[in-house]
Amino acid sequence: MPPPRTRGTALRHRLAELRGPDVPAKALDARALAALAANPGCARRAILDGAGVNKAALASALGSPSTFGQSQFALTRGNAFEAKVKADGGAELLRLVHEKLDRSAEPPADARVPDLTATGPQGRTARTALELREAAAHPGAWTLLDHPMLALDVAGSPAFLEPDAVVVHPDGSWTVVEIKSFPLLDGSADPAKVGAAARQAAVYVLALEEVAARLGAEPEGRGAQDRVAAPRVRHRILLVCPRDFSNQPAASAVDIRKQRAVTARQLARLTRIEDIADALPEGTCFSPELPAEELTAAVESVPATYAPECLSACELAFHCRTRSRETGAVTSLGRPVRAELGGLTTVEDVLAAARGEAGDPDDPAVAALRRAAALRAEALEAACR
Amino acid sequence: MSLISTLARLEAVSTGRAQPAATVRHRHLGDRPLVFVPLITAGEAGAPLGALVGTDRDAPRLLVVPQPRDRDLRFAFLADLADVVLPYVDAYAEVVEAAERTETDPETGKRVKVEVDLCADAPQLIVPSRAGIDLVRLLGRSMRFRRTAEQDPEAPYPAPPRVPLLGRWLTHFGERARVPGSSLLLAMTDVLGRHWATGQSSLEDQHLGALLAWIDPPEGMTGAEAALKAELERDAQGQLTCPPAGPATDPAFDNKLLAPAIERYDRARTALAAAEDGLEADERLGALTSAEQEIRDLVHSRTRPTWDAVWRGLDLLRELPEGAHVEERWTRDRWSFTGHRDRVLAGEPPQPRRDDAVTAANKLATREREQARLEAQEALDDPLVMAGRRLAGEAFAGEVTDVVMAYSDGKRPSPRPLVTVRTDDRPHLGERTKVYRSLGGKPQSAEFVADEEDGACVVLRILDKMGRGKEPEPGSVPEKGDRVCFTLFEHEQRGGAKLPDPEETPWTHGGPPGEATLEAADPVTEEDVL
Repeated sequence: MPPPRTRGTALRHRLAELRGPDVPAKALDARALAALAANPGCARRAILDGAGVNKAALASALGSPSTFGQSQFALTRGNAFEAKVKADGGAELLRLVHEKLDRSAEPPADARVPDLTATGPQGRTARTALELREAAAHPGAWTLLDHPMLALDVAGSPAFLEPDAVVVHPDGSWTVVEIKSFPLLDGSADPAKVGAAARQAAVYVLALEEVAARLGAEPEGRGAQDRVAAPRVRHRILLVCPRDFSNQPAASAVDIRKQRAVTARQLARLTRIEDIADALPEGTCFSPELPAEELTAAVESVPATYAPECLSACELAFHCRTRSRETGAVTSLGRPVRAELGGLTTVEDVLAAARGEAGDPDDPAVAALRRAAALRAEALEAACR
Repeated sequence: MSLISTLARLEAVSTGRAQPAATVRHRHLGDRPLVFVPLITAGEAGAPLGALVGTDRDAPRLLVVPQPRDRDLRFAFLADLADVVLPYVDAYAEVVEAAERTETDPETGKRVKVEVDLCADAPQLIVPSRAGIDLVRLLGRSMRFRRTAEQDPEAPYPAPPRVPLLGRWLTHFGERARVPGSSLLLAMTDVLGRHWATGQSSLEDQHLGALLAWIDPPEGMTGAEAALKAELERDAQGQLTCPPAGPATDPAFDNKLLAPAIERYDRARTALAAAEDGLEADERLGALTSAEQEIRDLVHSRTRPTWDAVWRGLDLLRELPEGAHVEERWTRDRWSFTGHRDRVLAGEPPQPRRDDAVTAANKLATREREQARLEAQEALDDPLVMAGRRLAGEAFAGEVTDVVMAYSDGKRPSPRPLVTVRTDDRPHLGERTKVYRSLGGKPQSAEFVADEEDGACVVLRILDKMGRGKEPEPGSVPEKGDRVCFTLFEHEQRGGAKLPDPEETPWTHGGPPGEATLEAADPVTEEDVL
């Protein structure tokens, strides 16, 4: 008789079933989380990411391959730059943190750079937590954690995250460091890329705050008065980019309070994976090995909320777009379109209302549509004359 | 997006073809535009990989950097680009016509008219997409502070002679592209998207191939099918058959084709450098040339489809008649071009990295003014745009049902006729709101007096453009039965308050910028990428 399973292992087991036999789980990274938080209503994305399904493979198996990929040139360049920033025990990186975020502290010298290697994500997470506690025991010193691992509970399943670096200041506070290879040109960078980096960093900050809260709550076996206060996670992160056209690092402090608040709220709103999984028909499986029809049916059993923004964030977007277009959803033309059309949600409904074949003329949305259609027709006719 | 353009997109979805979003062409297209289709290397700050450039659609010039990380090869690319772009620009700089400009006389402080040269036409640069405009700006920034050996014999890694000048011109093109309605530097996707509404989102319209597929789908296909094909279809090698319009390349292309080719090139170059005698060197030079040719072929295969697409886009745009005010806006572009030509000729230093407070404020004011001008002019030129303004309550059209002559109070009574217009539109008119109509290309103003029959009729009092006499000049007052269209927005933009000269910048804004100094070139390091 198998031992009684706890709720957590039951869910993990269920998610493994969804992934398919012998398919390894794909780790949910901060980039995926930030994208997920951008479309929190999408149950399809939530369950697929939560179960660790490889969405790129799934999309190919469905016949709508994604167009994501990373050029090896970009990869080489990104790694080379990161290595340069972290060279010499992170001397340059710590100098930048000191200069941009904590000028009143002692300049960093002889910083501690603990070794964080361990087996498996759980092991690395534990190791990171251990070193963070260790750093708390060394007030007055700088500590650099190179590629730590953090766990964040996302909709009922743990996601493991790997920030580029976390710095512990002499005052015990923590800073997330994000190293990117887009340039900081004359002191300014592409706002879209900075925004993406800030959203990503916000996820790390949330994960670090959980670790900090646990540290603060530890009784340490002594009286309550000896407890360490929970370390502060700074809400200004350090973004490190190449300066102008060179390979020299330049840094800028980025306030991520807003992104943190948005992401925290969206993550809390995420439909619980457990509930989605429970609603799935028995035997549903997303293994890319399955025939396309079965997979399509499986994917269709979870509702998606497609919008054109998905194209740049989700591997399944082309599949969802095809479906969205087939049903004639107006959202496939963009979210703002839906906003101005009131209760009309399909292309044919809108056009029928505009032609005066359907719809309630007292509905302001319908009235505006008819007026727009008449004006447009009049203008086109005038132009033809 | 207005409801009218949303409706056009929905119609495009249901008909399978893009629908007109404009009935005239709202941007100037020159007779000889210079098309520029660049590609960059992923991950590097605008390190060029290659480009197709030229004014002849059948004979583009192919420029390639076989190893984008090599500074000398990049400089060779930029020098070649300068050899194409600068003669093209110079050809327009030479032909001038006389024009008048009001200037402030430095001695008397009065506004006087002076006769100056105005270039009779201006160059026009066309790139495939908005990202192409950003690249033009970036290339300009990377080049304009470079020093040539002639300017500074001590400079490490001197740039080829005309490269800094090319940087200044590309910077000017890039800056001008930020002015609404300007046409010196255009992105094909933007211009096509302005004139057609497709059945996809504006985000997807950024893909030139997909956009063209909607506007002009091949025989027997709907726009949606053709667009999907353009976005996703891959050949047997896994390469997109319609490569992205750039400047970024498809990662699959980088990893499967380009990276191995660059590696072969690097190996051939190392081998050549290690050759011990002439015979061996000859042989290895052959290998190097063929490795380079391979990369050239690859770059050509990725840029040529985009090149053809840009020209097809130009063909489609030329089928539309030019809007009435386009010429006037192009004249502003000519002034901007002439101004920069004069600054270059006068030996002024390159555009600074950061503008001083007065210049920056002036630029912003210009952009705001030009945006308002563009919106007004597009509406006047194009009934479809006007329809959008009418729907928004910013304009109304209708038939004149009654004209009653009236006169102003005062010693010399002037005509102030009352005109009643019957309209279906619902303009946002308040007491004495000013409205304007176009009378022979000039705006005639009127004010709102009252509405009748529950808003179906609007009574207006005409205020000007009726001549000096007691009786209005013939044709200057609408007659019963005329179709008229009044707007609530002004047709011509007044300039805002004048800003002080840069030397007079108040301390609150950083004070006078001081002497214009030649900004230092970017420090060069071994690992520079551009």
